[in-house]
Amino acid sequence: MNIVGQLAPLAFGLAVIGSGIGVGYVIGKTIESVARQPELQGRLQSLMFIGIALTEALCFIAIAVAFIPFPKP
Amino acid sequence: MIAAASSDDGGFHGPSIDDFFPPALLFPGTPFELNRVMLIRLLVVVLLILICWLATRRMKIVPGRGQAAFEAVFMFARKNIIYDTLGEERGRKYEPIIITMFFLILSMNLTGTIPGLQIATTALIGLPIVLALISWVTFIYAGMREKGFRFWKDSVMPSGVPGWLLVFIVPLEFLSTFIVRPVTLTLRLTMNMIAGHMLLVLCFTATQFFFFTVLASGNLLGLLGFGSFAFGIAFTVLELFIAALQAYVFAVLTAIYIQLAVAEEH
Repeated sequence: MNIVGQLAPLAFGLAVIGSGIGVGYVIGKTIESVARQPELQGRLQSLMFIGIALTEALCFIAIAVAFIPFPKP
Repeated sequence: MIAAASSDDGGFHGPSIDDFFPPALLFPGTPFELNRVMLIRLLVVVLLILICWLATRRMKIVPGRGQAAFEAVFMFARKNIIYDTLGEERGRKYEPIIITMFFLILSMNLTGTIPGLQIATTALIGLPIVLALISWVTFIYAGMREKGFRFWKDSVMPSGVPGWLLVFIVPLEFLSTFIVRPVTLTLRLTMNMIAGHMLLVLCFTATQFFFFTVLASGNLLGLLGFGSFAFGIAFTVLELFIAALQAYVFAVLTAIYIQLAVAEEH
């Protein structure tokens, strides 16, 4: 049996596991801290967005990998 | 678009990336080629200018209904995006560019769910690239203006790092600050919008296929169309939320990058 298709979506799926966990962790921790100290919400929110941006960058790199012209074996 | 995506030969045709490259309407072959997406972009820009002009034409101390609604959205964006990150004094300086970005991205995203338009114009990478470059230039300009040459040193050399580690830290920080930032801004917006469009088209083409091909030929499996239609409606609501969220995130990240560029090291 021959299976024809692209492996790139699979790789993206694998990459997203990690950054999904990471983003969830960042947001969860922020919610926890806001619950403890509601007056810091603004500052924590911007820190959260920096954290999300850094974590998410990994899954965007995974998208970009599909477009890199690797040499064919 | 839905009718076009599922063709007449009876088989199911899902959405494809060709949705984003419709045939040219005017001036084909020139750099000014005008297709459906470009037309929607122009329409959105005209509408945005019109709304801003109409809402602020006769500003009153006691606002009318239109002015009050416009001011509510505007003040929300200003308070939550700019003043909370940059602070009031510095926020006023960078307010025009960030607010413009927010409203432009928001309206361009919302076209993805408006019946009849139904393509998020930010889903083509050209517009996000331009916006990300503007944000990139803005935060470099902000850093250069407030800290001069020290901005470059501060952004690649975090304080308190031992000297021998700098060999690794400097290239990494340079990469993450000046290359990864604009690239992720672009990709985050584009990919979210592409994925949203694909989901919606998939749900509604599936509905059409189930009802008019499967059910019409007497197969009761076609009743699955109700499920895909319900999912389509749910995803439309989700897309409305994502359109607002992505505009918010883009503007907030621009504000945060400016803040990081001008912040003093402790």
